[in-house]
Amino acid sequence: MTTSPTVQTRVETIAEEAEAGSLRGVILGVGRYLRRNPQLIVGLILLLGLVAFTTIGRLFVDIAGAHPLAGPASQPPSAEFPLGTDPQGRDVLAVMVVGAWLTIRTGVIAGFIGILAGSAVGFVAGYYGGWADRIITWIVDVLLTVPAILFLVIISAMLQNGLTSFGMALIIALLAWRRPARQVRSQILVMREAGYVEMAKLSGSSGFSIIFKEIAPNLMPYLISSFIVAVAAAILASVGLEAMGLGPQNEPTLGMTVYWIMQFSAFLLGLWWWILPPVLILIVLFVGLYLLNAGLDELANPRLRKRT
Amino acid sequence: MYIQRILRRILTLLAVIWAAATLNFFLPQLAPKNPITEKLTQLAETSGISGNQIAVLTEAFNERFGLDQPLWKRYFDYLHDIATFDFGYSISSYPTRVGDLIGGALPWTLGLMITTTLVSFAIGTLVGAYAAWRRDSLLMQAVSSVLMVFSAIPFYLIGLVLIYFLAAKGGWFPISGGYSLFSIPGWNWSFALEVLHHSLLPALSIAIASIGIWAIGMRGMMVTVQGEDYMVFAKAKGLKPRRVFLRYGVRNAVLPQVTTLALFFGQVVTGAVLVEIVFGYPGMGNLLLESITLFDYPTIYGIVFILIVTIALSMLLVDLIYPLIDPRVRA
Repeated sequence: MTTSPTVQTRVETIAEEAEAGSLRGVILGVGRYLRRNPQLIVGLILLLGLVAFTTIGRLFVDIAGAHPLAGPASQPPSAEFPLGTDPQGRDVLAVMVVGAWLTIRTGVIAGFIGILAGSAVGFVAGYYGGWADRIITWIVDVLLTVPAILFLVIISAMLQNGLTSFGMALIIALLAWRRPARQVRSQILVMREAGYVEMAKLSGSSGFSIIFKEIAPNLMPYLISSFIVAVAAAILASVGLEAMGLGPQNEPTLGMTVYWIMQFSAFLLGLWWWILPPVLILIVLFVGLYLLNAGLDELANPRLRKRT
Repeated sequence: MYIQRILRRILTLLAVIWAAATLNFFLPQLAPKNPITEKLTQLAETSGISGNQIAVLTEAFNERFGLDQPLWKRYFDYLHDIATFDFGYSISSYPTRVGDLIGGALPWTLGLMITTTLVSFAIGTLVGAYAAWRRDSLLMQAVSSVLMVFSAIPFYLIGLVLIYFLAAKGGWFPISGGYSLFSIPGWNWSFALEVLHHSLLPALSIAIASIGIWAIGMRGMMVTVQGEDYMVFAKAKGLKPRRVFLRYGVRNAVLPQVTTLALFFGQVVTGAVLVEIVFGYPGMGNLLLESITLFDYPTIYGIVFILIVTIALSMLLVDLIYPLIDPRVRA
């Protein structure tokens, strides 16, 4: 079997109650893990709540209201517009439903590309070593020194006309691979020397089989954890750029909403129903991702596992 | 041995600065917009210059700023200039020099960020250490959870919440700016008080999140340190808990925090960009944003170069200081 040691030890503790590998065993395992990690539960609730808000919300809220001039300007919350409207006549509730979706999508796309590219680069550096490693490490080190936000600001300022939120995700992905590359590299360096890899080599496994049967399964927990970190970082970058007015001009993302709030001096106008929803949704999103990652930390670092 | 290591570090530092500065030069060149045209079009909207005149003027200004030179020549000029810390004239607020623009903005940012960072580092580290020390106390567990949640929120979002409740609704603080519109900057008490009043909210929004960051890091290290043999030995010797906590626990656990602190200082200015924009604070963040929207290349170069040097220097600084704090590295 190719299960990682993390999974195996967990299965062993459950073995008293259920057959190893059976559905009941898996459910029990997940249940135990959740019970030991309240952070994970809270994080999941926050994130699933947001996803539900933006998917189920679509069924009840008219999305067309997320565009300017869909309603009267600067109306406080009412029966027709539960969260009121902004000075350009957008229905704030519709903006939130669409914006949460766009922002989450941007983060997931950029994070996914970043992890994919980053682990490929990190793998090459860590596994093959030598000159490839030295050059890659040097490039990553230099790129990590240079403030990412500045690169992103220049790139998105260049492309600003006609930028979509999908294009935004691609721009952010340009720099999202740096950290995963470094993490995967150091992980591979450790694993390359690990006993089970030596063992596989001695028993004559091919390089290909070592990579996919020995290293890849053990790398999974790290990849899941760095994926969440990458998504959070991508959302942070996209919302930051948008709040500077460098995002997609025609899409109601959460960051662009923050930008318009500052442009229209919403604080002086007292439009609280416009200010608070995007800020609160973003806070829920960031806290949810953070707690999810903290809750999964044990998975990536088995040494942290609490005794039960 | 030690000297050799330092020399190697300095060489790497120079390489990093060169590579980053080079990237920083070529990236904006890819932008399809000409800064001069950009600025003149902006002027034309208010003063009514015709399109023809703009073309002639662009030509003249390109020559004035050396933008008509071939790329390689501009690149070497650029390298020479930044090596001598001469960033030339700003294009958007000509004839002000870039150095003067940065000189005007840098103190605001540094003052705000250094004070806030040091204060939150001290508070966060102590709170985190104490939270690990009293891990079973319900109060400390609650404090840790709250700090953890705050550490996940970006500074500027906290800033927006603070502006809403304390400035817009409560009216206890100004909504934006570094000082009041009606006062004249000067070295007197009333102006200093005013600056302090204006910077409290930006500082608070940074502190709330970063205290959490420091506390979480310290708590993790302190938990590890508490399992060490020397801690058991110190307790067994009958030392006072206070002494064990500060001299044995905190002193050992704080080392990785110091590394993080230097990296944090390096990002002082970038981290402040959005907070400054949200609060309309007259620092580097606002200057950077302004120069980017006006495609003011010399100012962008200048700001970014200062940023890169700050980050690279603070990394070097840690490398030099670290052996002094941690004798194990000295060998």
